[in-house]
Amino acid sequence: MTLSIDAAPGRQARWSPSVGTLKFAESIFIPVAALLVSAALFSVFLLFLGKSPLMFFQLLWVGGFGSGFSLQNTLQRAAPLILTGLAFAVPARIGLTMIGGEGALVLGGLSAAAMAIPLVTAGVPAFLTLPIMAVTAMLAGGLWIGFAGWLRYYRGVNETISSLLLSYIAIATMNFFVEGPLRDPASANKPSTMPIGDAYRIGNIPGTDVHWGLAAGLVLAIGLHILMTRTTFGFAARVTGGNARAALAQGLPVGRLIVACTMIAGACAGLAGFYEVAAVHGQANASLVAGYGFTGILVAFLARQVPLAVLPVAVLFGALSAAGGIIQRRMGMPDATVLVLQGLIFVVLLTSETFYGRIPFLQPKRAEDRT
Amino acid sequence: MNETLQDSALITALIAMLGGAIRVSTPFMFVALGECLTEKSGRINLGLEGSLVLGAMVAYAGSFLTGNPWIGVLFAGCAGLVLGALHGFICKLPKVNDIAIGIAFMSFGTGLAFFFGKPYIQPQAPRLEAIHLGDWTGDPRLAQALEVNPLFFVGVALAIFLWWAFRNTRWGLIVRMTGDSAPAAKAMGVSVDLVRFIATAIGGFMAGIGGAFLSLYYPGSWNQGLSSGQGLMAVALVIFARWGPLRCILAALLFGAAGALGPSLQSVGISQGYYFFNAAPYILTLLIMIASARSKVAAREAPGELSITK
Repeated sequence: MTLSIDAAPGRQARWSPSVGTLKFAESIFIPVAALLVSAALFSVFLLFLGKSPLMFFQLLWVGGFGSGFSLQNTLQRAAPLILTGLAFAVPARIGLTMIGGEGALVLGGLSAAAMAIPLVTAGVPAFLTLPIMAVTAMLAGGLWIGFAGWLRYYRGVNETISSLLLSYIAIATMNFFVEGPLRDPASANKPSTMPIGDAYRIGNIPGTDVHWGLAAGLVLAIGLHILMTRTTFGFAARVTGGNARAALAQGLPVGRLIVACTMIAGACAGLAGFYEVAAVHGQANASLVAGYGFTGILVAFLARQVPLAVLPVAVLFGALSAAGGIIQRRMGMPDATVLVLQGLIFVVLLTSETFYGRIPFLQPKRAEDRT
Repeated sequence: MNETLQDSALITALIAMLGGAIRVSTPFMFVALGECLTEKSGRINLGLEGSLVLGAMVAYAGSFLTGNPWIGVLFAGCAGLVLGALHGFICKLPKVNDIAIGIAFMSFGTGLAFFFGKPYIQPQAPRLEAIHLGDWTGDPRLAQALEVNPLFFVGVALAIFLWWAFRNTRWGLIVRMTGDSAPAAKAMGVSVDLVRFIATAIGGFMAGIGGAFLSLYYPGSWNQGLSSGQGLMAVALVIFARWGPLRCILAALLFGAAGALGPSLQSVGISQGYYFFNAAPYILTLLIMIASARSKVAAREAPGELSITK
């Protein structure tokens, strides 16, 4: 119902927003309010330390969006966050809290780099090598997180803890290969795999300094949004997320849906790893463990697990990390400042969940009000 | 000690693992006992990882500033208490997911620790002294393995106390009842929220002390890679210990031994695959979770209100 005509005689017909509109307004209003509250709390924290909050947020703006350079830096950092954000958002729609995006990213990057070694050595052209690397990374990440999903449904293992443990195992595996069997002897101080070489590096989107990972994130976010909201698969997944028992009673293939969603998630994070290797570092090493997987969780929460909403939120957090350097230099603050702000946003944001359905002017009017 | 024993690499590695198990297990034990108390009351706190890291940093800073490591330990407990209390307070609100809040506190606590811990990476703080229990053996390796930190014994005593208190005290009964059935607790006139709040806060206190052990004894310095998920493994460890405080000690020792596998193999010259052996505790945790997830015994002993077992 978009219109509700007041039935009482003598009163004017009133327009009242539909339930859908109100829910949408609520899902914008509450996260934005949570962000503002976090900013206010963080300002208190800064004042307490004798730093100027005004200067902080000014530098945040300058370092994140203030110039063409900083905007591109922001977008560059947003690219992996879109993918890891999707890696949390998709399983969340089916009711799973998978926090293993970091591990899938690292493993994706490692397997892409490992796959590149024989291909590059054999002189396979880049237009063949890069897609093979990308598919390998997506498969590695997909199987890794898919395994946690499989364990969840078929063995009843808590997915939050198992996916995190898998993350640590993935990082240890990466360290093992990078220090051992796959180590490039030339990488003295920072053990790495063989560099893939400039000819095989993914370039930037023409006219920018932003690599193609951003475009991939954009396409995947739109694609997954359509998949989750416009297809039978997405509908079944959301029903399962709403009530798994009801979904089972309806005869939905809950187990397969869970494994599929978790594999999609892992593939997204694995692809992020591929871009980190093929576009940013040119080889796999400990730089892959940069915390993108964990920030992705926060991105997805702020986006309320809506794939399309992941895009702007990832840009916001990209700006936060892009501005980290300038804030550090100009204000003499440790690099963990951004971590504190992120943690604070995270806590406030989750606390704000409690306000859904409790803010008076965002609630649909009850039937007795209208009659 | 005779010649053959001296030469045996296996014995050296085993002794190193024994020593490692005693050394590495203490933080596991404290976090697991804290988590055990929290989970017994029907709530899960994944944020103990954050309490652990923040506790480690605060303990180091406290010890450096006051010159007394035990004051550092107390500070660490208080830092953990604050984070635990915040967690307990927020989880009380309707519609808030305690697992998600736990992840948030993990990142918030770690962020705070890194932020305030920056100046303490370089300086040397006074550390906790070990008790030398193995001097009588005459074997330097065994003597080194039996250098036990007093906090280890505090942890064991705490586990015994919790085990006793859960069974024999009014408070223990209230906590168990709250964890098994909130409606039943309400019917008895118990404030479910208050019990869980207190249990979560005290759980945070214990995790903070576990962190103090990390920075003040082993490895014995403050740096950003100090914990690497030990607080989280302790959560899995509680499931493995089936919510029994005494079994938490054994589980912690087992995890400690797994964690010491890499270094002890390195001590006898096997450094191949060092990183792989470092993953042993994680792999062990995962295998244990897989093995115990559908176990009937575990299901019977799990607190009924716990979201992680549903």
